Amino acid sequence: MRYIYTFLIMFGFWILLSGKFDLFHLTLGVISSGLVSLISADLFMYDPQSRNHLTTGVRFLLYLPWLLFQIVLSTLHVTFLALHPKMKEQIDPTIVTFKTNLKTDIAKVALANSITLTPGTITIRVEDQVFYVHAISRKAAAGLPGEMEERLAKVFESD
Amino acid sequence: MDIVVIVLTVIALLFFFATTVGLLRFPDFYSRMHAAGKGDTLSSLVILLALVLYNFHEINLANLLVAMKILLIAVFIFMASPTATHAIIDAGYESGIKPWAKNPEEESP
Repeated sequence: MRYIYTFLIMFGFWILLSGKFDLFHLTLGVISSGLVSLISADLFMYDPQSRNHLTTGVRFLLYLPWLLFQIVLSTLHVTFLALHPKMKEQIDPTIVTFKTNLKTDIAKVALANSITLTPGTITIRVEDQVFYVHAISRKAAAGLPGEMEERLAKVFESD
Repeated sequence: MDIVVIVLTVIALLFFFATTVGLLRFPDFYSRMHAAGKGDTLSSLVILLALVLYNFHEINLANLLVAMKILLIAVFIFMASPTATHAIIDAGYESGIKPWAKNPEEESP
């Protein structure tokens, strides 16, 4: 099954990047994406715990608009802080650690990247289940891990 | 249409400007990475959107393909930017840089 997914993604990229729709180029695309998916499907979709890639993918797409909204908030926050005349009174950096319940690697990667993209927090490192996060103010630190972890648990780890 | 493009570009440039100012003004390594890692992401997205719109002076297949490619760049930036920020800040943490704290007498973790 994952050979087919890999093939479809590869072929989509081929069409997008080549932009030619004649028989010769499409045949070349089929051959090369077939070869590549045969060789590297194991690398591309390595996730022994995952059950259903398709629903996970769809749920992840539904998660993206929320993330985009958080990114907008985050940029406005940084802009506000950077241009604030008394910036050093506004910020109060701390490093917080917390333990996550997420188990799969891909979910932890998504959580780490989402933390970095949300206002006022950056993931420093992840050791097994423990996240080290640098927060720029107490308020940002208090919001961790917050609803993001619940949303990601719903995306990646529910059936 | 041109007005929308100009407005989007100006917004993106404002965010880039704020990012640069933040990079220079924040007190320590970690808070500077906040500016560098986040300001870039949204401003790149907005400026790429402006490029997509600018590209659509007429709608045909070639323009559509170019627009899709530009959006692919945006997707790539969204994956790469937090990862790069994380790599740099982890390197800083590894080499033992002390974070700036408001009250230095407080314990630092």
